[in-house]
Amino acid sequence: MSFETNAVTITVFSALFLLVTVLGFVAARWKRGDLDLLDEWGLGGRRFGTVITWFLLGGDLFTAYTFIAVPALVFAVGAGGFFALPYTIIVFPLVFLVMPRLWSVASKHRYVTGPDYVKGRYGSRSLATAITFTGLLATMPYIALQLVGIEVVIQALGIGGGHLPLIIAFAILAAYTYTSGLRAPAMIALVKDTLIYATVIVAVIYIPSKLGGFDHIFSAAGDALPKRDEPGALIPSGADAQVAYATLALGSAMALFLYPHALTAVLSSRSQDVVRRNMSLLPAWTFLLGLMALLGYMAIAAGIKVTEPNLTVPALFDNMFPSWFFGVALAAIAIGALVPAAVMSIAAANLFTRNIWKEFVRPDCSDREESQVAKIVSLVVKAGALAFVLFLPTKFAIDLQLLGGVWMLQTLPAVMLALYTRWLHRWGLLAGWAAGMVAGTWIAASQDFVPVWATPIIGATAYTGLVALVLNLAVASVLTLVLGRHGRADELDETRDVDYDELRETREPAPAVGAGVA
Amino acid sequence: MRRWYLLLLVPFAGLLYPPLYATQDPQLFGFPFFYWYQFAWVPVTAALTYFVYRKTRSGEPSPADRGTGRFRREVAS
Repeated sequence: MSFETNAVTITVFSALFLLVTVLGFVAARWKRGDLDLLDEWGLGGRRFGTVITWFLLGGDLFTAYTFIAVPALVFAVGAGGFFALPYTIIVFPLVFLVMPRLWSVASKHRYVTGPDYVKGRYGSRSLATAITFTGLLATMPYIALQLVGIEVVIQALGIGGGHLPLIIAFAILAAYTYTSGLRAPAMIALVKDTLIYATVIVAVIYIPSKLGGFDHIFSAAGDALPKRDEPGALIPSGADAQVAYATLALGSAMALFLYPHALTAVLSSRSQDVVRRNMSLLPAWTFLLGLMALLGYMAIAAGIKVTEPNLTVPALFDNMFPSWFFGVALAAIAIGALVPAAVMSIAAANLFTRNIWKEFVRPDCSDREESQVAKIVSLVVKAGALAFVLFLPTKFAIDLQLLGGVWMLQTLPAVMLALYTRWLHRWGLLAGWAAGMVAGTWIAASQDFVPVWATPIIGATAYTGLVALVLNLAVASVLTLVLGRHGRADELDETRDVDYDELRETREPAPAVGAGVA
Repeated sequence: MRRWYLLLLVPFAGLLYPPLYATQDPQLFGFPFFYWYQFAWVPVTAALTYFVYRKTRSGEPSPADRGTGRFRREVAS
């Protein structure tokens, strides 16, 4: 199908887009701090409380691309695409256990990024650089995918043809991220999240009522899926499909909070108490994502035909909604792309500045220069992502984003296990990381970027990232045993056991910078 | 106090073994079992996590983390 230009849709869309643009710039004055400091620009002064952290993390983790891609996958393959639900259920208890420890140690030593912590823990520049490299590599295509999300919206508005609208949207985003830092996406997230909730709740009540109820939707999907060229199913049956389902859920959950943008949002909260409380509140997003996934089946029941799967949701909305609400829904998706794109580029900028610039280029640079470099890097990163989308095929970004999860998972031993034990040797960790990166990339490429692999030895089809992680841990453990005490250098560990105590409320006041701190 | 953390393993057990729930019946409100079972874990997991949070929380919450009007206070300040 093709989309037609509609004046009402475009007006509603533009008004909402204008609103968040203004908010993005106003955000610089919100909870005012000295934006010439990286802690302020890149972490919002570590002052965000429960409500803002909830909006920010929700807006950051549940990206626009997720809301387009998950229903599209469910539309295409059925139950297999639904692993996003168990994935985003178990991720929060997992994070509840792990992240408060990281928050505590990071707040004590003023770490801004994952590699900051790894360097403090192991005193190894090479290991920290490996983690930095992984984070940058995985984040770039993820930002590019948010642009793909905006492109889909532009297409749905019927104003495609030429990349000008995309470039304008991104220039605006780059400008207010530059001036306001993390405060901009935090503030915009309030609008974005409200719009997304409104859209999805209306969609799952209104659309089924027009399609004859959920039993009809499920039975239509159950009839249509097995007849696809690549047959799908409503219920995953057989060991292969089920092992793939479970390992994808587990592996994705383990990878999610290793991403720089997720760490940034966690570290920007005021206390580990805020982090922990949020883990019982964020499942509201999981529920929303599950409802979104069902849109894939609604599209099947509505007989939607699309030229590319990413257009499934816009096509369904166009078909079902009056034009003004179609505008609201498209704005929700487009603004939903801006929040994660901003947080991701800030996270990448933090990484580059702290762990490459300050580490290798200007070790003695001032706080002001540090913040200035980060601001410029956030622009460069966005320009890079834009070039990605303009000059390379979309499939390339999608494949790389899939690889991104596999890659991030390989940093788990050095970042997450390190929160509990320093047993693994730093050279073992580095070798394990390299082995996992190479093996994971090679397997994924050989499978044409399908994220699961019929693993020999265990004889099941499992998530590539987990398979590579097992290899990673095996290499790291063997080397640790071989190296023994040699070169362990425990005295390089600048953290103390007590720094990790997530149950001890630190109550350290937020740094007193600027005026008007609440 | 940390023994409460064990409760957080329950959702993993409930969700990471699909043979447990990959069936069509019994249905609920038109949803096959496979779907409503997983949806049901969302509030259950949230409740478990909140319970563990309350049980492991140390001392009194700071004034900023307590009471009503949190939204107004955080967003407007």
